[in-house]
This record gives sequence, structure tokens and C-alpha cells, in this order.
Amino acid sequence: MSEELFEVEEGIPPNPVEEFLRMDRMPHIWCPGCGIGTTVNCFVRALDSSGLDLDKVAVVSGIGCTGRVAGYLRLDSFHTTHGRAIPFATGLKLANPELKVIVYSGDGDLTAIGGNHFIHAARRNVDMTVILLNNGIYGMTGGQVAPTTPISAIASTAPYGNFEENFNLPYMAESCGAVYVARWTSFHVRHVTKSIKEALAKKGFSFIEIVNPCPTLYSRRNKIGDGLDQMIYYRDNSEIRNGADTKTVGMDFQGKIVVGKFVDRERPTYDSAMMKYYQKKLGEDFVPSEEMRNSIHAEN
Amino acid sequence: MHADPIGVLTGPHFIDGDHACSEGAIAAGCRFVAGYPITPSTEVVERIAERFPRVGGVFIQMEDEIASSIAIQGAVWGGKKAMTVTSGPGFSLMMEHIGYAAMTETPCVFVDVQRAGPSTGLPTMPAQGDMMQARWGSHGDYGIIALSPNSPQECFDLTIKAFNLAEQYRVPVMMMMDECVGHMIERVIIPAAEDIKIVPRRFYEGPKEEYRPYEPERDLVPLMVKVGKGYRMHITGLTHDEQGYPNMSVNTQGKLVRRLVDKLKVNAERIIEFKEDKVEGADVVVLTYGISSRTAIPAIEQARKEGLKVGHLRLVTVWPFPERRIAELAGCIKSFVVPELNFGQIALEVERCAGGKASVHLVPHAGGTVHQPKEIYSAIRKSLKG
Amino acid sequence: MQRTEIKIGGFGGQGVILSGYIIGRAASIFDGKYATMIQAFGPEARGSACSAQIIVSRDEITYPYITTPDLMVIMSQEAYSKFTPELAVGGTLITENELVVTHNLRKDLRHYSIPATRFAEELGKKMVLNIVMMGFTAAIADVVSVEAMRSAVKASVPKGTEDLNIKAFEKGYEYGVELLEKVAAGIQVS
Repeated sequence: MSEELFEVEEGIPPNPVEEFLRMDRMPHIWCPGCGIGTTVNCFVRALDSSGLDLDKVAVVSGIGCTGRVAGYLRLDSFHTTHGRAIPFATGLKLANPELKVIVYSGDGDLTAIGGNHFIHAARRNVDMTVILLNNGIYGMTGGQVAPTTPISAIASTAPYGNFEENFNLPYMAESCGAVYVARWTSFHVRHVTKSIKEALAKKGFSFIEIVNPCPTLYSRRNKIGDGLDQMIYYRDNSEIRNGADTKTVGMDFQGKIVVGKFVDRERPTYDSAMMKYYQKKLGEDFVPSEEMRNSIHAEN
Repeated sequence: MHADPIGVLTGPHFIDGDHACSEGAIAAGCRFVAGYPITPSTEVVERIAERFPRVGGVFIQMEDEIASSIAIQGAVWGGKKAMTVTSGPGFSLMMEHIGYAAMTETPCVFVDVQRAGPSTGLPTMPAQGDMMQARWGSHGDYGIIALSPNSPQECFDLTIKAFNLAEQYRVPVMMMMDECVGHMIERVIIPAAEDIKIVPRRFYEGPKEEYRPYEPERDLVPLMVKVGKGYRMHITGLTHDEQGYPNMSVNTQGKLVRRLVDKLKVNAERIIEFKEDKVEGADVVVLTYGISSRTAIPAIEQARKEGLKVGHLRLVTVWPFPERRIAELAGCIKSFVVPELNFGQIALEVERCAGGKASVHLVPHAGGTVHQPKEIYSAIRKSLKG
Repeated sequence: MQRTEIKIGGFGGQGVILSGYIIGRAASIFDGKYATMIQAFGPEARGSACSAQIIVSRDEITYPYITTPDLMVIMSQEAYSKFTPELAVGGTLITENELVVTHNLRKDLRHYSIPATRFAEELGKKMVLNIVMMGFTAAIADVVSVEAMRSAVKASVPKGTEDLNIKAFEKGYEYGVELLEKVAAGIQVS
């Protein structure tokens, strides 16, 4: 890749998202037509307008194409093991509840190998925002079938098409206790930005699924065109239904995509429930960690 | 630096090894524990769960051992000293994260209260079958430290040492207990907080813009920072350069992995601890670790009574292995006798280091109980015949 | 006294483990000796016959398990049948006389029994049976000093129950002292 690509021409101001990115790590690894970069753009814009102290924000990713997001963000960022971004984030958050912790990873990472952690973090309502990019396959390893692959879609390990029922992720997140659940596609950039901003402002386990194309390994293999064709499909087939019953938002192969904000509710977070419970139960004997005490003071 | 008095129950106690391990962790400054219940290690987390809300700690029972072994690493980067606790089957599940801790140089403690395996095996009975797994269980090349206590008192003392070594060298440290030591109740004397030496985290304090997370100090160990302090670091399990950025080159891999291995090699003499009894002038040296260091003593005493020159070398640190000392001794003695509650793990290391200069006699045991001293005694006798 | 091996046997819920814990704690914390206690884990601990093993010694204890117990405190019939064959030749057997019928008693053993259940009931709490047994054991067996045993009882029982437990302990101890006096005077006791 030649250096000139990144030379800024005279008189053109730098991209406003640059200050959020590790520009020394560019170019990124994502394919042309992939929507991950688009969502990162949405994310940093949401972050910028959130008013959060960026020194107190940490991003944790697992493994996979989306798992590389942490590495490009100029924040405290962790690229962990496959499927384990959520338990890592849980440890980080409980060690220091003053931090804003965001998990940014893919569907295979968070719901196959990491599925157990996902449901338990939602159940506990650990205060974190989970941004899940769903491309329906394992992209980085060559397009294998995932728990999110729609029935009949072809994948490298489902060469005759997938016959396993796929997850309806908003329904799963809601059932397990997430306080904020939304789904968009990488076509819906304004909605994604707004939704991330809302989720960041939320206390508890917030979850945003972003349906995202993998032109290289999903679209091509399934003969549904390139990245642009997928954007057109998203535009034409998405139906915004805020507050929809998550039971009804499952996805089929190239079918309708129900998007919107489905759940927005309050539940005590893990750390605040712990604090309150021990204060009541142990009284003066309860000694919270310094960080935990500070975070509660900050809240009040 | 000494221990924070808030966590230290100074005085004599009659407690089991598992509970002593919990107290050692608290005294060492551990304030985050994630675990999943598994016999015979559960008592460690049970005591932690009871004690932590009173000393500013956070305990969380995770959904499995995989989660536990990575949650502690999140907590470490959040600024805490942290450990997880398990036994055989759970230890097997944690292997990937031992590798992650080694690769990202995350100081943390893994407690393995060994039970007889493989698989579910004998959950309530002792073994020492995880010793090689502790050293080599995760894929790739790296170094770790493993300690082997033989009493509840040592479960306390060595847990503190484990945390101190983890911070000093930024490695995962394995506390290799066993069911016998874990469930055995004996006197444990907890010293005054000011008499407990604590190694604090080695934080970087230079200018933020110059911070390079993996630039090593002279002892090959890099300095750490905490999340939330504005350093904006990137940490990855991928092969990374000194900036912490992924770098898929053969050179970077060579440089990084070489350092991960070498940092334990160059500091080995400072890390390794063993205890010797009458090894000078001995014909045979019984080499033990953990509970076997106690069951061997009646055998050694019996043999000495009968005029045999028997020395005892007991490993407190099992990894890194005291290669130099074994090689030295091999030149002076006829044989090593190595009782282990497995079918030969550490005996292989002894054989390697002895280099054919002394014979090595394993006293194997499948686990489920400890050796009878007479088995070790017979092995001492036999080793001198050949 | 080099090394005394002790086994406490009974059924779950009788306070077998606590009894062993008291002896071990008395020896190692209050008597300046060494003590190692091993709890029987697994199904055995939850089922009918459960046991605690304690080694008491003036020297450091190496081998941690008991092999031929010198002293046994038995509080159930099943524990009697299961464990007493292990007793050392000439060993001491202490039993609760309402819960254990000592049929086929080995001639080499020194046997002492106490109606601990009755004493515990008289004190108003059947639960303190094991502490009565501990008082009795303190009198009969020369393993740990009675002062140390008393301190260990106080330190080991639930808060608020110390007085009751000390009463139970003293009851067992006095009974044991009187019994030994009778034995010394040649009076048939068993």
C-alpha cells in the first residue's frame, strides 16, 4: 500500500473522526464494501456527542473482523480471546465502575463461542454497552456457518445451505435481561449513531445489533451481489418498528429486517445491586472498593 | 511495601489449606476474585465470598472457568490484584487464558487444587497430575511460575509469594495445591500486616505520549498502566510490537516470544526456591514437591537410621525448574528418587537435568491418596542397588 | 508422646467434624503442639458413618493421614462397626453408651463410655452431645490439656452458646475424672 493514500491535500481539513482513531494503524484490514468501518464512524460520532470523558472509556473486543475494532480506536482498548470480550469487560468494569466499558464484536464471537457469557452478563445487568455486528457468518476465517446464519444461506461449512435455526438476538437479549435492545443495519447510519448514544447513556447491559454485509464471503457465495447491493437490500427491506415485540423480529435469508429500538427499561445494575445489598445486609461492616464508592457518589 | 492491615487476620488459626490460601490472597492485596465452584477448591472462593465485602474486594461467581480466568485479567487492567481458583477440569478450561496472561503480561494468580484425573476422576482425592499442564498447558511458547505448598501455613505464605512474583515479573503464577493440602487443617500463623512484604504493581510514571506498553525494563519486564488514566493503550493477544500493536512479522514474533521466555530465565535464580536437607555428601537425593515432601520424610529418616546417606531436596518453586542445582547434584550423587502423585512428570525434568550423571527413580502413584512412606523407602533402597 | 492418632466417628449432624476441630485446635493453638486434621469428604461425609481424623504430636507432623488410631471417640453404632477394627492394639476407645452397643469388644482395648446423650438432654440441648464427649475425652485421654480443650470449645462453638457448651464440657469432664478414680480404686465400671 503506498504512502500517498494518506497524504492530506492542502486546504482539506482532516476527517473529524481521526482524533478517535489510531491513524498510525491505518489502513485497516476490512474489505471494500464491508460495513464495520461505517459503524466505527457512527460509534465515534456517538462517543463525541456523548460528553463522556474519553480517558474513562474502554473498548473490549473478541476475535474476528469486528474484533479488530478495539485495535483501531484511540482509547484504552483490548483485543481479547475468542468469545471472551464480555467476561473480560465484566472484570474490568467491576474493578473500576467509574469506567464506561463497551464491548464491540461480531456475531460468531459473542453468540456462539461467547454465548454463555452474553446471557449471563445480560442476566446480571453488568453495566456495559455491547455493540454486535451481525454478518451472518464467520468472516475472518473464511465464511463458515454461524448461529446467526439464516436458513438456506450457503456458508463454507454449510455448502448445501444452512438448515439450523438461527438466533433472534434481540429476543435473546431481552429475555436474558438487557435494559436496552435495538437493531439497525449498517445502512442506518444516523439511527445507529443515535442508538449508540442512547445506549452509552444507559446504566446496565445495553445491546445493539447491527446487521452488516460481508460482501467477500457471504454475499458473493450466496450470489446476492456486492456491498452496495446489500445496502440497497437493507434500504428496501428494513422496516422500522420501534417497540416491536422481539419475539417477532427473527431474520430469514434476504427477508424483511425489522429494525428499531425494541427495549428501553430500568433494572438495577450488578454493581449498584451489590452495593445496595451489602449495605443493607452488612451495614457498617461493608467496605466497598474505593472505585465503587466513587462511582456511586458520581451517580448521586 | 507491607500488607494493608484491613485484610490481615493476624494471629494463630486452625484452618485448612483452602482457607489459608484465601487469607494469603487477601493479605497479598488481592481484591478481585472470579471463580466457578469445583471440588476440592471451592472452600477458597467460599471464604473469599464471605470476607471480600468486608475488605473492599469484589468476588463474582462466573458462569464457568473460562469466564473466570479472563474476568480476572480485565480486573487486573482495571487496577486490581486478582486471582481465580479451580481444580483439574476447570484448570483444563482455563488454559487459553493462561496463554493470554502470558502474552499480554497480565500479572495474575491461578490456584489449582489438584485432584486425581484425568477427566472428572476422583474429585475429593489428591493428585499431582497437573504439573506439566501448569507449565505447558496453553499453546505456544511462554514462561510461567508455579509454586507447590505442603501445608496450610504454606498455602498462606506462598499465595502471598505468588502475587508478589506475578507483579514482579508480570506473569501468571500457578499455585499448585492438592486436595490433601487444601483440605488439611493445621495451625496457620498470620503475621502482623507490617511483617508481610508486598510487591506493588510496577506502574509507568513517565510522560503519557512516550508510554510504550511492551518496552521492557532492564529485567526484561515492561511497566504497566491502569485503564482510565489517559494512556489509551492497546492490549492484544496477537503478536505485538513494543507499542502493543499487532504485528504479524517473524521478527516481532521472535523478539516478543524470546523475551517472554527469557524474562523468567534471566530472573530464574531470584525466583527459584527450594529446601535442602543433608544433600551434601548424600548418595541418594529424594526430590519432592507439595504433599510428597511430607510423606517422604518418614522414609528418609528410616533409611538414614539404617546408615544410608539420603538427602532431601524439596521444590517450593517447581517452575521455573532448578536446572542448575539438579545438574550440580547429579555430578555428586548416585541417584534421585522422585515420588509423585502421577506417573512421572517432574521426574522427567530431573532426568533431563541430571543428563545421565545420576540415575532417576520415579515413585509413581495414580493419586487418590498420598504415598505410603514405605513405598518411598523401598525406592531409596532400590536406587542404590543398580 | 510422639504422635497420637485420633479418629472421631459418628453420623452426620452429630458434630463429628467440630469435635475433631476442637481437639486439633486445642493441641495446636492452645497447647503448643502440632496437630493435623483431615476431614472425610465425599459421600462418606454426607451419609451415615462420618469421621474426622486428627494427629497430635510434639514434633512436626509429616505423613498427614492416620493409619492405626490410638484413640477413638465413637458416637454411633455404624461408626463402631466400621471404624473400631482399625484401632491400635492396646488403644483407647471412648463410646456414647446409649448410642453404641459394644458387642465383640476387643480385649486389648481400654474402653470407657459415657451417657452423653442423657447429660446433653439434661442440659436442655441434645445438640451438645459432642461437647460432653469432648469433656469426657479430655479427662480420659492424655493427649491435650483440659485447659486447652476448654479454650478450644469456647473459641469454636457458635457465638452465644459458649456457656451452654462449657457446661456440657464440664459435665463430661467431671464424669470422666470420677470414672478414672473408680477405675484406680478397682471398682468395676463398664
